[in-house]
Amino acid sequence: MSKARRDLRVLAGALPKAPTGIEGLDNITQGGLPQGRPTLICGCAGSGKTLFAVEFLVRGALQCNEPGVYIAFEETSQELAQNMASLGFELEELIARKQLLIDYVEIQRSQIRETGEYDLEALFVRLGYAIDSIGAKRVVLDSLETLFTGLTNTAILRAELSRLFHWLKAKGVTAIITAERGDGKLTRHGLEEYVSDCVILLDNRVNNQFSTRRVRVVKYRGSSHGSDEYPFLIGERGISVLPITSVGLTHSASTERIGSGIGRLDTMLGGDGYYRGSSILVSGTAGTGKTSISSHLVDATCRSGERCLVFLFEESPSQLIRNMRSIGIDLEPWIKQGLLKLHAARPTLYGLEAHLVMMHRLTDEFKPSVVVMDPVTNLASGGTATEAKSLLTRLIDYFKTSQITTFFTSLTAGDQSPESTDVGISSLMDTWLLVRDVESNGERNRMLYVLKSRGMAHSNQVREFKLTGHGIELVDVYLGPGGVLTGTARTAQEARERAEGVLRAGDMGRRKRLLDRNRQALQAQLNALCFELETAEEELQRLDSQEETRSEVEGEDRAAMARARHADFLKELRIQGSKAQEGSLAHACHQEN
Amino acid sequence: MLATKKTEAKTRGETTRASAARKKFKLRLYVAGATPRSIRAIEDAQKLCSKHLGDRFTLEVIDIYQRPALARDEQIVAVPTLVRRLPEPLRKLVGDLSDSERVLIGLDLLLRDGRKP
Repeated sequence: MSKARRDLRVLAGALPKAPTGIEGLDNITQGGLPQGRPTLICGCAGSGKTLFAVEFLVRGALQCNEPGVYIAFEETSQELAQNMASLGFELEELIARKQLLIDYVEIQRSQIRETGEYDLEALFVRLGYAIDSIGAKRVVLDSLETLFTGLTNTAILRAELSRLFHWLKAKGVTAIITAERGDGKLTRHGLEEYVSDCVILLDNRVNNQFSTRRVRVVKYRGSSHGSDEYPFLIGERGISVLPITSVGLTHSASTERIGSGIGRLDTMLGGDGYYRGSSILVSGTAGTGKTSISSHLVDATCRSGERCLVFLFEESPSQLIRNMRSIGIDLEPWIKQGLLKLHAARPTLYGLEAHLVMMHRLTDEFKPSVVVMDPVTNLASGGTATEAKSLLTRLIDYFKTSQITTFFTSLTAGDQSPESTDVGISSLMDTWLLVRDVESNGERNRMLYVLKSRGMAHSNQVREFKLTGHGIELVDVYLGPGGVLTGTARTAQEARERAEGVLRAGDMGRRKRLLDRNRQALQAQLNALCFELETAEEELQRLDSQEETRSEVEGEDRAAMARARHADFLKELRIQGSKAQEGSLAHACHQEN
Repeated sequence: MLATKKTEAKTRGETTRASAARKKFKLRLYVAGATPRSIRAIEDAQKLCSKHLGDRFTLEVIDIYQRPALARDEQIVAVPTLVRRLPEPLRKLVGDLSDSERVLIGLDLLLRDGRKP
């Protein structure tokens, strides 16, 4: 697979290409038309073949410095110059500078009689003469099929056309041959049989009353190319093919963050807000505050000195400014400073492609770092849902490549699942915020949560969000045994809890005081008992010493008595007496002795 | 109604042709180089004109390789081309002039039914 792709790239590199300079076309052809070879442009009348061809020459002359020859079979030089002037191409100036040469080949059926064999050598000579006179690198033949109306011998014409294409190749000019679309065939006269290198089909279809021009590269020999039908637009600056972005998915991802303008939301998104260059979607039912969230981002972006572009599909700029003032965001100074551009357009004003081109153009001119689309769902009313999705894919691709942060709001219908979007773009989004109404106790409250946010640790919590006079405030919802409560229910619950708290606190104090008193009483009792204890101890001590004194005195008395009586029981007395008494007895005996 | 118109047109056409036959012819023959086809065309043209116009004609042979700007100015696409510049209206006879009857009709020297004007 990778080898095949590499081979393809080598091949693509080997084939030199001539850039057309037409916006977007060089992307789908990966560089332009095959250089030095003829390319067939076919399409119905009015599909833009001539403009395509002229733009190829004009851009070639201006951007690549490759002079061009325009062989006109249908319009005179003056007519062509007039027609192209309305699209901003100054052909006369280019002609004067020898960057462009227009040769009008007039074939009038009424003047011509065929009288035998002939060839178109005169056309070749004129072409060669024109190419050589200005050194042309690019040639347009518009449209060769006019030959078939003027000359009738188709056998000769076919042979000569085949020779012409070989001749053009040999001449080394990058050529465009235009041809009218035929029934069931690409061209009416089968020119595609001769031009085998590159065939581009232009188409103009009307779908649901919207006309859409489309371009398709039918074949491109030796090169890869986008094979889809790409819408294109004829605008003031010529043709713009969409997507203007590349076919690949190669944009780089930034790690830089930009604030959402709502502090708590930043916290919910891992602390720093959205990634720069990411796509953010806010979806929700009507009146949930999507525009307010986007305005916060707009305000924050402008405040940091970066530019912001807002596409409004529902409100007028002054209406938005007025409404946002009510939540404390004043956008007007930013507009005056040139940091903010509000572009309001009804989605039904023109087709989706025109919207896309308009957005591209404004983005290119204004170079914003943030683009807001409010609401993106309305775009779907300008076409089918599939078209809207493809448009948004291209847009997001384009914005990501340019590192522009995109913010979309999406309106979810009441009967829809909140986790779905009208245009099915949610999968393209990096960050998806969901806002919803919760109706309870006769009131509606807004809740916000981050449904997804690629590449960041985001909160899984539902927050209640309030629109206040100074912007959006995110509040924790009440989560308790009573369930999730918001709004006044939350406030009431909180008040109830506060009251209970006060009550509980009072109760606690009283009990504490009671216990304290008890403790104090016990302490007093304790003190009294201690006192009693001490008294008892003192008493005991006193009794002890009394007893001692008494027995001592008694002993002395008895000894004195014995001495007085000359008793012979002194020995006995000595044996019976205590050690303490012994001393005194001995002393007494000694004294006695 | 349609029939009357047709006859009117026919008579008018015949008168112009008749007058054309008497007028002086100014012819130009565009060829591309000295190819056998070019040479044959030049010979055929001279032969035809001498036969049918006597000396009432001038024939100018132009090689587009030599004078490409002239081919552009006179809106020549194919070669050989014999241009009847006079008498009016301008006529371009594209082809190698091998079909002399068609050449004479183209120059208004022969009517379509084969009669001379």
